[in-house]
Parts: sequence; structure tokens; C-alpha cells
Amino acid sequence: MQILSAKNIHKSFDGTDVLRGISLSVTKGQVLAVIGPSGSGKSTLLRCITQLDTIDSGEISICGELLVSSGADGTAQYTDRAACVKIGLHIGLVFQNFNLFPHFSVLRNITEAPVRVLKRSGKVAEASARELLKKMNLSDKADAYPCQLSGGQQQRVSIARALAMNPDILFFDEPTSALDPELTGEILKVIRELAAEHMTMVVVTHEMKFARDVADQVIFMDNGVIVEQGSPEQLFDNTKNERTRAFLSRFNEA
Amino acid sequence: MNYQVLITQMLQATLMSLQIFFVTLIFSLPLGMLVATGRMSKYKIIHLPVRFYILIMRGTPLMLQLLFIFYGFKPIFGIQLDRVLAAEVAFVLNYAAYFAEIFRGGIEGIPRGQYEAAKVLGFTRSQTFFRIILPQVVKHIIPPMGNEFITLVKDTSLAQVIGVVELLKVTSNWVSSAVNMTPFAIAGLFYLIMNGIVTRCFTIAENRLGYYR
Repeated sequence: MQILSAKNIHKSFDGTDVLRGISLSVTKGQVLAVIGPSGSGKSTLLRCITQLDTIDSGEISICGELLVSSGADGTAQYTDRAACVKIGLHIGLVFQNFNLFPHFSVLRNITEAPVRVLKRSGKVAEASARELLKKMNLSDKADAYPCQLSGGQQQRVSIARALAMNPDILFFDEPTSALDPELTGEILKVIRELAAEHMTMVVVTHEMKFARDVADQVIFMDNGVIVEQGSPEQLFDNTKNERTRAFLSRFNEA
Repeated sequence: MNYQVLITQMLQATLMSLQIFFVTLIFSLPLGMLVATGRMSKYKIIHLPVRFYILIMRGTPLMLQLLFIFYGFKPIFGIQLDRVLAAEVAFVLNYAAYFAEIFRGGIEGIPRGQYEAAKVLGFTRSQTFFRIILPQVVKHIIPPMGNEFITLVKDTSLAQVIGVVELLKVTSNWVSSAVNMTPFAIAGLFYLIMNGIVTRCFTIAENRLGYYR
């Protein structure tokens, strides 16, 4: 079953084309890694799919529901606002810099949206939040505040916060870029565990080894286009593409 | 000098000062939030007039505004404003401008990521503002708000220029008739006590919100 489908997405900021015809699809249970140099449009792509930005033209559907498509004049026509919100609920997003709510405890960070948005009872939300914290190895931090946690712990809370909404697809925007190498490992471990549970995920990352290990499919983006797309083996070991090879070799040097 | 009468009159006048203080806060805080919203509007037709309003209120003396509202109201609108009401209107309009800028600073200080996280989680705009943004704004604006509250306590004494009988007015009447400076010292003590209480309240609020960064 197709969870995410994007066709020919274009996006520009002040005359600069950031996305120039991106198409991709993700099926249920699949893990897609998006790699590429800074400024290649990876994060913008994620922001467009998660409705933090709007696209100029193209088509996006999520779980078979059409979010936006190009109208007769070629510009993007979004579905009505209520439907956009509903489609947004299929999606979870984990940010590079966590964006936890600093004034809420860890537990409340996780329960607030299920209670206020999904109208779950406090009891049900709390039980599932504690379950998630246990899974994230953070049971003892339920009553702590984000400022009392390490970066790795904060990022695990933010993953729990996203999972509490039971998304059909979870996006990660460079989830380890704000963390030192030691803490990176604990986040990657969590994402690996989610992959083992067949959570559908799209991960924008600079961790090449991780992308190769976890992803079913890898996209290499540069300059607003998809340069190459395929299995990890295909991209990392057997690429015929000059640009991909140049990018990966710089990583191997580092 | 009959101290019992002096103190009684000063306490009564303090009630007038406190009335101006509380009425100003009750109306200028919400108005300030509204003004801040207008100031941050992306539409010129809204934010330009609001900026002009803030410029006038912050750029001219509060005393002048008091005089203008009290003496200018009748020629313009044809009705005589009550002195106390005129004073309250002037204070509310003036303080709303200052509060608006403090609110704006607080709101603009909240990282974009907070709005984005709230949006992705499906919070409505009003849930985002009231549950996520505003509580954080309140924490950030406590120190500058403390300044304004303290200034307001003292500024209430300006109301005497349009004949409002408040604490300092009563005091100076006593001083000039008795040729004795003691009432001034007592008035100073009264203001100090009021601002001591204000300061205490702000310290408590700051401590209560100190649990997060």
C-alpha cells in the first residue's frame, strides 16, 4: 500500500528554485533515506510534505488522500483546510533540534497532542506515553523537563511525542545533526528498532553508514533534483553516476 | 499637625492611586496584546497605524496625554469626561503601547520550531497560541513587566495634573498648609510599600516559572 506519493514537485524561494521536479513514493513499511549535500533541498522537501511549506506545483498524496495537485494553470491547488489538517495527522515529524515544549514535562510533551488534538482521555494518553517512554528507555524521566535532559534524551522524547499520535509515516529531518557522535548512536538505535517493527519512515540524514544499513531505498538529491534513486547496494556500492560517486567519496574520506 | 487625620486622608488617597493602578492593568494588558497583534500584522494598513499609535504614546509625555484627554475631550466630543475616568483612559492608552512592545518582544522571541512542532502535531492556531506560545511568553516578559508595573505605581501621581486627588496630591496639600516635610516622607514610604509588594509578587511569579529554561 502506498503511503506517500509525490509527483513533480517544484518549489522556489524568492526566485531561487529549491526543488525542481521531485517525484518519489514510499510504500507501507518501507524506510527511505534521503542523502545529499547541504542546500540540495532535502529539508525543504520534507517541510513541503509535512505542510510546513507549500509547494508551487506538483502533486502530493498521503495514504491515498490527495493533499495538493496542479490545477489547470499548473500551480498547486491545495485541498480544503480541514482536509489538510486531517492528512497532516497521518504524518509525524522529528526535527533536527527536537523542538520539545520546554514548559511541559516529558510526559506532558507526549500526551498533550493526543489529548487536545485526538481528544483521547488523559488516562489512555498517559498509559501509552509511559509505554513509549519505556520503549525509549526513558521511564525514569517522565516527570523531568526537557532542559534537564541530554540532547539524545530530548530527541528520544521527541520521537515518542511523534509516535504518540500513531502516524502512518514518520519523517526525520537530520535527527542526529545536533548531537555529538556518542549520542548519535542512541538515536540511530531507536530508528533501527522502529524499522524492525516496520514503521514507515523517511529519514533525511548525513549518516551514510546508517542509511545503508537501515534504508530499503535511498535517494541522492543535489541542487533540487533527484540525481539517483535505488537500493542502498546500488547507490553506495555500484553507482554509475559521477555526481553520486563524488559525494560519497568525500564522505569516505572524512 | 494631626497625624491621625493626615494618615486617614493619605490612605483614602492611596485607594484612588490603587484604583488607577488596577483599572489601568485590567484594561491595558488585554489592549496591549491586541496592539501587539496589530503591530506584528503583515498588512501595512494594520501595522502602520498601530506603529503610529505606539509612537505617539511612547513619544509624548504621559502628563501631556492626561491633559490632552481631559481638556481636549469636551471640545472634540462635546461631553465633559469625569476626571478620574479621563486619567484612567490616558493611563490605559499609554500603558497598552508599552505592554504591546513587551508582548511583541516576548512573542517574537519564541523560536519558530515551537510553532512548527505544534503544527505538525495538529494543534489548532488558538491551541498553539494559548497552550504552547503564551505560557513561554509570560516567562520571558516577567522582568520587563515588573519594571512597567513599578513605574505605573509611581506614575499614578501624575493624575493630579487634571485634578484627581491621589496620594501625592493630598500629601503636597498637607505639606504646603502645615509647612512640614514629614508627609512627603510618609508618602515615599507608602509608594515603597506598594512597590515592595509588586516586587514580591514578581519574584514569586519568576520563581514559580523557574522550573524550565
